[in-house]
This record gives sequence, C-alpha cells and structure tokens, in this order.
Amino acid sequence: MATEVKETESAGKEIDFTACDEICEKYKDWKGATIPVLQQVQDAYGYLFSEIVERIADNLNMSAHQIYGVITFYAQFYTQPRGKYIIRVCRGTACHVQGSGRISEIVNEEFGIRNGETSADLKFTLEEVSCIGACGMAPVIMINNKTYGNLKPEDARKIFREYAQLQG
Amino acid sequence: MSYTTDHVEVHVCMGTAGVASGGQEVMDALDAEFTKRGLKNAESKERNCAAKQTGCRGLCARDVLIDVYIPGKDPITYEHVSAEMVPTIVEEHIVGGNIVEKWAAKADYFQFYDKQKRYVLADCGRVDPESLEDYIKLGGYEAIKKALTMTPEQVIDEVKKAGLRGRGGGGFPTGLKWTFCRNSPGDHKYLICNADEGDPGAFMDRSIIEGNPHAVIEGMLIAGYAIGCDEGYIYCRAEYPLAIVRVIKAIKDAEAAGILGDKVLGTNFHFKLKLKEGAGAFVCGEETALIASIEGERGMPRPRPPFPAVKGLWEKPSNVNNVETLANLPSIILKGGEWYAGIGTEKSKGTKIFALSGKVKSTGLVEVPMGITVRELIFDVGGGIPKKRKFKAVQLGGPSGGCLTPDHLETPIDYDSLIAAGAMMGSGGVVVMDETNCMVNVAQFFLTFTQRESCGKCIPCRIGTKTMLDILNRITTGQGREEDIELLLELGNDIKTASLCGLGQTAPNPVLTTVKYFRHEYEAHIRDKKCPARECAELIEFVVVDDRCKKCGICKKACPVDAITWEKGTVAYIDREKCVKCRECIVNCPFNAID
Ligand SMILES: Cc1cc2nc3c(=O)[nH]c(=O)nc-3n(C[C@H](O)[C@H](O)[C@H](O)COP(=O)(O)O)c2cc1C
Ligand code: SF4
Ligand code: SF4
Ligand code: FES
Ligand code: FES
Repeated sequence: MATEVKETESAGKEIDFTACDEICEKYKDWKGATIPVLQQVQDAYGYLFSEIVERIADNLNMSAHQIYGVITFYAQFYTQPRGKYIIRVCRGTACHVQGSGRISEIVNEEFGIRNGETSADLKFTLEEVSCIGACGMAPVIMINNKTYGNLKPEDARKIFREYAQLQG
Repeated sequence: MSYTTDHVEVHVCMGTAGVASGGQEVMDALDAEFTKRGLKNAESKERNCAAKQTGCRGLCARDVLIDVYIPGKDPITYEHVSAEMVPTIVEEHIVGGNIVEKWAAKADYFQFYDKQKRYVLADCGRVDPESLEDYIKLGGYEAIKKALTMTPEQVIDEVKKAGLRGRGGGGFPTGLKWTFCRNSPGDHKYLICNADEGDPGAFMDRSIIEGNPHAVIEGMLIAGYAIGCDEGYIYCRAEYPLAIVRVIKAIKDAEAAGILGDKVLGTNFHFKLKLKEGAGAFVCGEETALIASIEGERGMPRPRPPFPAVKGLWEKPSNVNNVETLANLPSIILKGGEWYAGIGTEKSKGTKIFALSGKVKSTGLVEVPMGITVRELIFDVGGGIPKKRKFKAVQLGGPSGGCLTPDHLETPIDYDSLIAAGAMMGSGGVVVMDETNCMVNVAQFFLTFTQRESCGKCIPCRIGTKTMLDILNRITTGQGREEDIELLLELGNDIKTASLCGLGQTAPNPVLTTVKYFRHEYEAHIRDKKCPARECAELIEFVVVDDRCKKCGICKKACPVDAITWEKGTVAYIDREKCVKCRECIVNCPFNAID
C-alpha cells in the first residue's frame, strides 16, 4: 500500500498522467476494472484528487459521478492527501477488550487527529481498522507496514514520539 | 499424523504475528548460524540443517515459535524466540543434543492442543506456504487427482455424505448448494471463494490462506469440478497483504505446474483462477454484495431471488463458498464422506475453527470438533480466565452473534444449539469476558461497528442502528432514561425483520442478548448512574476506597499524569482535578480498590 504522499498535484503544476494512463490501458478489456484501477492509481499518486478521477473516468469511458460513487463506498479510497506515517489502531474485538480505545485517544493527545484525519504537517494519519489478524498480541497497532503488539498505552505514546522525532 | 524429515529442519512461524514478532530475523539468524558452522547443505543427513518458514499454528501470543525437527527424535518447540537466542539453540540443541529447557514449550503449550482436532489446520504451521513442492510433498493435490477420477455427481454425493455445512456463517449444506448451481442452466459458471472475513475478531480464513494457500486452491478445484465451473475468484480483503502475496504466488506456481488453467492435471477440466482485492467494506462479505464488488460496483447487497446459483457474477450461475468450507474439501475427498461424518454432532459435522480472544489465558486460533462444550473451549483449550478473575460472558459469532453466560457453559457448540441459546456460530469469533468487562459497552462496541458498516440501502438498518447507538451512548454516559431498554428491544426487533441482508437482520443481536442476560447491568447504568464493571469512564468516580486499598502503590506507578499520591504505608489518593479518566489505575489495581 502506498504511504508516501506526493506534493499536492493540483497546485498549478502540470500533472503527469502517464502512470494513470498506463494502468487504465492495462485493464482496458477487463470486466469490473474500476476497483483494481482505483487501487493502483491511488498507490501511484497517493490519493485520488479530482483531476485524476476525471482522467480515470475518461479512460474507462465512465462518468466521474459513477467513479465517485465507488470511491465513496469503500473505506480504502482517499480523496484527501494522507500522512507520511499511517497509524492504524486495531479496533477489532480482541483489541477492544484489551483497551485499544485508549491508544486512539493517545494519538489524539499527541497529534490532535481523530479517525480518518491527517495532521496539518502531513506527517500522521490515524486510521481505526478492524482486526488485523494478530489478536494474540492485542492490542495491536501498525505504523505503515510495521506491526507493534502487546502495547501498553504509555508504550504506544513512546513509539509515537519516536516517529514524531524522525526527520520529514 | 506426525511429520518427519530426513535432515534437521527448523520451522519458524511466519504468520502475521510471527512476522510482527521478528520471524524474519529468526530465519536469517538460523541461516547465518547454519552457514557459519558449515551445516547448510551439509553432505551428511544428520548434519544438514535448514530453516523453513511456516504459517500460523494458533498460539500467536507466544511468537516467534519455532520447532526443531531432528530425524528420529520428537520435535521440540521453543516459544518467544528472538534472533539472539538462535546461536544457543543451535549450539546446545542441534549440535550438542541437549534441549534448551528454559526456552522450550511446557505443558501449558501442549494443553492448548490437547482437545483440538486439527484437520483443516493440520498443515498450517508445518508446510511452507510459499512452496508448491512442499505442499505436494505433504500429500497435496492428491485429493483433486482422486476427484478427477470420479464423476462430478459422485464428488457432490461424497460432500453430502460428509454433511459439510458452510463455515461462512449461515451453515447452509454445501453439497446441496452445489447441486443448485450445477443444475442451473448455463455453459459458463463461476466459483467464488469468500475471503473477505469482516468479523472484527476472527482471523481463521486469513490464517488458512497465509499458512496453506494451496489447500484453498485445491478445495476450489474440487468444488469447481463438482459444480461445473470453469472460472474462479478469490475475493480477499485488502487488509491482508501477506495473504494476498501468498495466494498470488500459489496461483502462479499452480498454473506453471499445470494444476490450474487449461486441462487441469492433463484432464478435460479447465479452471482459471484470479484474485480480487476488497477495498474495505464489511458488507461485501455478504455474497450478493461481494458479487457487485467484483463487478466493480458499490458493494450493495441485492435482493434474492434470484440466487447467485441462478444469476450471479455477470448474470452467470455462481457459487460462493467460504475459505474454511473449501479447505475442508481435500480431506473429505481423500478420507471419504463417512469418515468426516463421524466427527462432530448429528447435525453439525466435522470441526470448526475459532478465534479465541479476550480474557482467556491462551488466546489464539483453535480447531475443535463440533459439539465441544463452551466450558471445554474456554477452560480446557483456552486455559481459563487469567488473573484469577471470574468468567462473566462469552460473545460468539461476532457482531452478528450474541453472548452466553456461565449458565451456558455446558452448551455444545454446534449450529443449532447456539441458535437455540441466542448466539450463533457466525464466522467463529469467540470473545471471552471477565467481571471487568461491561456488557453495555460490549453491545455498544459491536453496534458501533455494524452501524458504520451498514451500506445504507435499507432505512431500518441505516437509521435504526443509529438510533439504537445513540441510546447506548446515552446509557454509557449516564444520560440513560427509564424507557430506554424497552426502546432498544422494540427497535432491535424492527430492524431484524425489515432489513434486506444479514447485516441488518443480525446487527441488533448483541444488544438483544446482553439485555436478555444482563438487564440489571443496563439498569445500574440508567438508574444508579453506575457501571458495575467500571468500564464506562463517565460513570466512575475515581476515588480510592479506604478499606479495600492494600497500600501497594501500584496505581501510582500506572498513572500517566501523576494524579495519584501515595507513600509506603498510606492509602492512595486520586486528585480528580488532574485525573484524565484513563482507567489505568483501575486496570492495574490488584484489589479492585478504585470506584
Ligand atoms: C454482512 C455479512 C457479512 C458476511 N461476511 C462474510 C465473510 O466475511 N466471509 C464469508 O465467508 N461469509 C460471509 N458472509 C456470508 C456469505 O454471504 C455467504 O453466505 C458465505 O460466504 C457462503 O459460504 P459458505 O456456504 O461456504 O458458508 C457474510 C454475510 C453477511 C450478511
Ligand atoms: S440490511 Fe443494512 S447492510 Fe444490508 S442491504 Fe440493508 S442497509 Fe445494506
Ligand atoms: S484514571 Fe488514569 S489519570 Fe485518573 S488516576 Fe487513574 S491512572 Fe491516573
Ligand atoms: S482484534 Fe486486533 S488484531 Fe484482531
Ligand atoms: S502467527 Fe505465529 S502462531 Fe499465529
């Protein structure tokens, strides 16, 4: 999953549509291509901004309206830029009974963001997810692709602060 | 079945928890150590050592787990292994022949497996999930070979004889479902493997796919052959990256070996298989929504009939089965339906995999014969409740299911007994709760989940669950009203009858069963503005009760904001100005002294 956020494409700069066009071309003859195309374009560009959605619609011979219908239905499509570090706090059952709600609160205390929000400096995004399949280590969080388990709330705070110290 | 090797083989758990705990580092350390000592690819069999990655074996809390197989000896398991421990294990055990007792698994590890019957999971934790060769070495793809010598009808008969019922939640007889699709007219039919696994506390499908992806492919081949499908999809949720990588590799390898594609294993049976990633919507686990999602649409359930067996994916006859259902098929074909029907109860055959979590000593993935009692599952397999606390309730079936109480400990776990008791098998999530868990909070937790995941098509599901949730939020924050309980029951029953799909039809269950068995707890929240389990922060006073405080000072250490004053020999005191109501002191106090 792409976690790197590209600079906002639309700030007057030319947008390079090559990658988007290539992906659409690859799926041209597929039935039901919308979701895989959106997934891969999002991987390539970080998030689905309006210009890119229109480009996809053109390429796939669909209306942008139809594409937005799909984007808004699924939790994993984003129309806003996301943080460099995606903090996924597991809110599955096992993690809930082991107190994962408190960990989300700590993210909020540290960075002022709630579920689905990104910090102003584009460094952190908080995502509450359901079971990530490591219930034996509940409560569990992931920061980008790294998993941390058996977390005491205050240990989580320490980890968050370490990431906050990292450059850029 | 025991596993033997002709050389020294060390199995390293590389399931999700294994990897998260440092499995790759352990693999690398073993490899480096073997290379350094000239044991890698050594000439003599006794000295030839190799590390092998395997999938989840269920006791993830003890990862990284490794098993040391030395030819002619019983395998030895080590728990919580880190890369630093590897040189010692190699030196003392593998080279020196002396087991490193202090790190070896003890009786409590084996107790976890004693009452289990691992058929579906037999090779999870034993086979290298990324090696077709290894799967074949353990007898893989023999079942499809055998099935291909039978007629499709004979295969269906065998599955009917086995009495296999769908493991995706509904429990519908698998053989019968296949017959519908087989008899449905059409020359092009689809088989879909449902690996969406949306229940937020279940991960058996994930473990099967991650730990033994070829078994799922083999199951699909058997089903595809029996029904007459020539194309299949595995719909896997995107939150399972490791599972996706492994399935894609397994499909590629199987294609290259002539097991998938045109002329499966040289016969006239053709079967193409593709993977589709989900995009984060629980309702897409429902079969008609799943089909809509594969077609690239919003994943909204469609009214049935027409059933997918008649008009499914791209309007073609389609059959949807769950991962675990499919993974049961190879052994049914190899050992026969009669053998399978000998396991379990009269109406629920075979085994079921459960994700055991919450307040039990051994959390993890377990496979047990149908009909095992709730007590056996929680106390014998799970090892009981930790910290000397009392068993209070168990939630079965995830957000669609219900809770059972200590009065139900002798209830056998099978489809029909659970429904009779007010819970359900669901996908197999089992959450155990002790006296520190608030039942209103649990109901609120599940409803928050289903409410968020409602696709919005049916008004009772969309608005009704929201209203119920508002009431629960009110109750847990001390704003509850006397009539709220009745209101919850009324709304709950309305939603159940007026919703289109299983999501809405079952969403009220956690609320309805907790009201049924723990009404007094709701009443305490509403009338006394108290949370007896002290979980709802708004209803806790955060005062130390003098005569219960044993002056240990543990709460002071636990408090993140220094709100507690305590000195040796004094009762602790909480400064409520400073307190942020985080509940750390309550969770940590061994004497329940904080109210
Ligand atoms: C809201 C909802 C979610 C579901 N989620 C899943 C799921 O994640 N996995 C699954 O196999 N079945 C799920 N089901 C059940 C499927 O609709 C379907 O019955 C099942 O995949 C059939 O397979 P089986 O006969 O092998 O059990 C869900 C049903 C509903 C109503
Ligand atoms: S019951 Fe709920 S989730 Fe199911 S179709 Fe209706 S609104 Fe959607
Ligand atoms: S609830 Fe939290 S902040 Fe308040 S006294 Fe207890 S530990 Fe300290
Ligand atoms: S509930 Fe958090 S990992 Fe399963
Ligand atoms: S992932 Fe290692 S035992 Fe489950």
